[in-house]
Amino acid sequence: MPLLEVDSLTVEYKTNRGRIRAVEDVSFSLEKRETLGLAGESGSGKSTLCLSIIKLVPPPGVITKGNMKIDGIDIMKLPEEKMRSIRGRKVAYVFQDPMTSLNPVKRIGDHFIELIQTHEPTIEKKVAIERIKKILENLGILPERINDYPHQFSGGMRQRIMIGLGIALNPSLVIADEPTTALDVIVQAKILDLLESLRDVYEMALILISHDLSIILERCDKIIVMYAGHMVEYASNIELHKNPKHPYTQGLLRSIPNIELADQKLSAIPGSPPNMLNPPQGCRFWPRCSSAKKKCSVKEPPLVDVGNNHFVRCFYGEEGVVGE
Amino acid sequence: MSQAGIKRSFLARMIPRLTSLARQGPSGWMVIVGIVIVAAIVIMTAISSWIAPYNPIETNVGPLAAPPSSQYPMGTTDLGQDMLSRVLMGGSIMLQVSALSVAICFLIGVPIGLFSSYVGGNFDKAVSLVVDAVYAFPGLVLAIAIASVLGPGVINMALSIAVVYIPSYFRIVRSQVLSIKELTYVEAARSVGAKWHTVLSRYIFPNVFPSIVSVATINFADAILTAAGLTFIGLGVSVDIADWGYDLTNGRKLVPSGIWWVITFPAIMVILLALGFTLVGEGLSEMLNPKLER
Amino acid sequence: MGLRTYVITRIILTIPTLLLLLTAVFLVMRVLPGDPVALHFEKKATPEQIEQLRRLLGMDKPLWAQYIDYLLGIFDVRYFLQHGYPNLGKSMYQTSEEVGGQIFSAFPATLELAIYSSILASVMGILLGVVSSKKYNSLSDYSIRSFGIVTYAIPVFFLGIVFQLIFGVYLGWLPTGSRITGIDRPAPITGLYTVDSILEGNIIKFVASVRSLILPSMTLGIVLSGVFLRLTRTNMLETLRLEFVTAAKARGLSDSTVTYGYALRNAFLPVLTMMGLQFAMLLSGAVLTETTFSWPGLGRYIYERISYRDYTAIQGAVVMFGLFVTLVSLVVDLLYAYLDPRIRL
Repeated sequence: MPLLEVDSLTVEYKTNRGRIRAVEDVSFSLEKRETLGLAGESGSGKSTLCLSIIKLVPPPGVITKGNMKIDGIDIMKLPEEKMRSIRGRKVAYVFQDPMTSLNPVKRIGDHFIELIQTHEPTIEKKVAIERIKKILENLGILPERINDYPHQFSGGMRQRIMIGLGIALNPSLVIADEPTTALDVIVQAKILDLLESLRDVYEMALILISHDLSIILERCDKIIVMYAGHMVEYASNIELHKNPKHPYTQGLLRSIPNIELADQKLSAIPGSPPNMLNPPQGCRFWPRCSSAKKKCSVKEPPLVDVGNNHFVRCFYGEEGVVGE
Repeated sequence: MSQAGIKRSFLARMIPRLTSLARQGPSGWMVIVGIVIVAAIVIMTAISSWIAPYNPIETNVGPLAAPPSSQYPMGTTDLGQDMLSRVLMGGSIMLQVSALSVAICFLIGVPIGLFSSYVGGNFDKAVSLVVDAVYAFPGLVLAIAIASVLGPGVINMALSIAVVYIPSYFRIVRSQVLSIKELTYVEAARSVGAKWHTVLSRYIFPNVFPSIVSVATINFADAILTAAGLTFIGLGVSVDIADWGYDLTNGRKLVPSGIWWVITFPAIMVILLALGFTLVGEGLSEMLNPKLER
Repeated sequence: MGLRTYVITRIILTIPTLLLLLTAVFLVMRVLPGDPVALHFEKKATPEQIEQLRRLLGMDKPLWAQYIDYLLGIFDVRYFLQHGYPNLGKSMYQTSEEVGGQIFSAFPATLELAIYSSILASVMGILLGVVSSKKYNSLSDYSIRSFGIVTYAIPVFFLGIVFQLIFGVYLGWLPTGSRITGIDRPAPITGLYTVDSILEGNIIKFVASVRSLILPSMTLGIVLSGVFLRLTRTNMLETLRLEFVTAAKARGLSDSTVTYGYALRNAFLPVLTMMGLQFAMLLSGAVLTETTFSWPGLGRYIYERISYRDYTAIQGAVVMFGLFVTLVSLVVDLLYAYLDPRIRL
């Protein structure tokens, strides 16, 4: 049984100016010890999608359609009480910006103690503190700093604390939202290595969100490419490397600079993401697509299975005609 | 505004502005309701001498201390004065005092704030220290101290109140200027040799202005309440004009005898007027700094 | 810098502020009117009488000498130890009376009123602000906000009279008179009747002092709660959107922990700063409330002295208010430093 199953998930924001379909018709599944990468531009819906998994979409966002199951449990109908016991314990979310994700007036030790005591109320404080010190050690933070405040740590260390808070209760799934964006390249690699080793040790599943496709391609088993709320391509890492079918994916891959090619002209995808209040009719990508035909601006392409557990939302693939 | 061209009537110009205000959501509504209330009271006071049924200070126009009736809809005072006329005309002093004090605050507080924060350095620090000390001081007490030595009168009252609120203008102007001062386009203007008064008036002031308006309206409400307070303490203006503040004070003494109408109707007017200004001020400040992006 | 350094620095900084304050009061009360003694008599006295009073009060000296006398008087420690109150000069109205003494006996009443009104205003304001922020844009939100705006627009003395009418006259639940007097008073230790009656172990006196406190505190507290309400709501709205709040929820922490331990704990800090300033507003309101309820505090003292044209007394009272505010703002700043680790580290 897969650890996480998401089926036709749709999330909308009901604002004063209109309805925004931040996530539309997204389906995927995830097994233990698998890493799923979510790639896409800012605003493509990646964070909203993952916040929906723990049902913490900020208002005025609402999950309007779809089903989600964690370990076979249908969480759509789950009452808030039970959902809260899943958060932090079974599914952990590591937020994007370590500078603003920690409570500035609480010591980091208290962050951990609160977390542990919420989910394991019977545990003794002394025992909890010992556990916390061990976790800090594993993260590469001096255990004596348990009484320090967040602003006394550097960005990289704060990110590690956030990750520590995520894995403290041995969750089955960790969602890491842009875990490296706020950090420099060297620290980035360390953090990603840390996540991977934790995944192996604790047998977790990992969802990695990033707008940096090169990181996703390096570290993930399965990849979802998001554009304007739609899942435009969903395939295994190898498949995506060998056989990218969606023009957007192809564009993203082409735009990754290759260190071995001298004098390479950087290619970019022309245009900019659509206004989500008024997305283009038909395929949302068609205004920027070099392969777009008349059909693309009229009808929305459905998600099509092209074999090898590879799904594309496009009428035309790289070679030949795909789908309807 | 254009000199040539068709001159449209005041209302014709206001209506598109009002509708765009209304579209801003609940904060826009607050502003509109506030403006309506204030406008209504101001108009009422302005035309009061024509619509008041009796001379408000004339005594014995009716029975002494009579409760509201069809002939005297708001009752009469202990001296037989008609309350309705007093209420209609009584806003004049309060409006004058508040308007004057807001004007003084604006004319003194804003330039000092602009200048001090623009100049910066130790001068700014020194001025801020003094202003902050005044700001931290209990307003009414300060106004009482000044009014008690200045004596009665509209101008004196306005001055006492103005001193209390000048710091608010100074502070808001200063905080805005400090954040704008370092912005690139101001630097750009300075680098091409714009003189300091040009920079201040053309670049900085227009950006500071909206916040000032918001402070000014709330200031108006505070001025009204402080004026009422000063009168209550006994530092008001003379008796030969109808004044809500005076009726509040006098009316209070009558309450233990069961005469509730002398204090109540002027109090309602004061509340409405203060409320009107507060609504405008709150609505404006919320429009300027929306709490959430929606 | 550690907490200790901050505390010491902050306390030292109070001194220039204090001097500024005292100078300002002197300028307003002695310099502005030109001749306060003549003002006192309102042209109804002979030049000899005016001169006599002036000499008695030490106001025939040149201005700078008066200024020195004034400052020395306030900081005269020996006098303070001898009398139990600072030297604020003699009353113009009755030159045998020491202003300091009169203020000293009036002060505890104001202190007691201020304490209970502040507690009421802040508790009510903050709680309503939190509720309102969590139910953003709902009917409750708008009603609470309206309550906050309307209560502020009500002149505090009018509200006081309304309460006196409703609770005192019509319902007869609470006394309309002022503070308890005479033999009903507890033995004065702190001057706060509620505290003193407990120290004396006398429940009846405690209940009586509480009953006399309810109406004035409620009046002042309600009018001020509006400010706290709006401020808390605004800060909560901003804080609740911050990422560490969502992160806390994502860890499965309970709603009350997140609201109070994370959101309010951070939103409260700017509210606390405001509280220091609001205290000044409270004192202004206290003047009117005391006059309305005949509460024998500093506010009513000022009201009285205005009718006597007793300028030295008014000056003394204003100085007292200023000292009070300075002290409170010092305490608030220290409290803030304790609560926000970022400011001192």
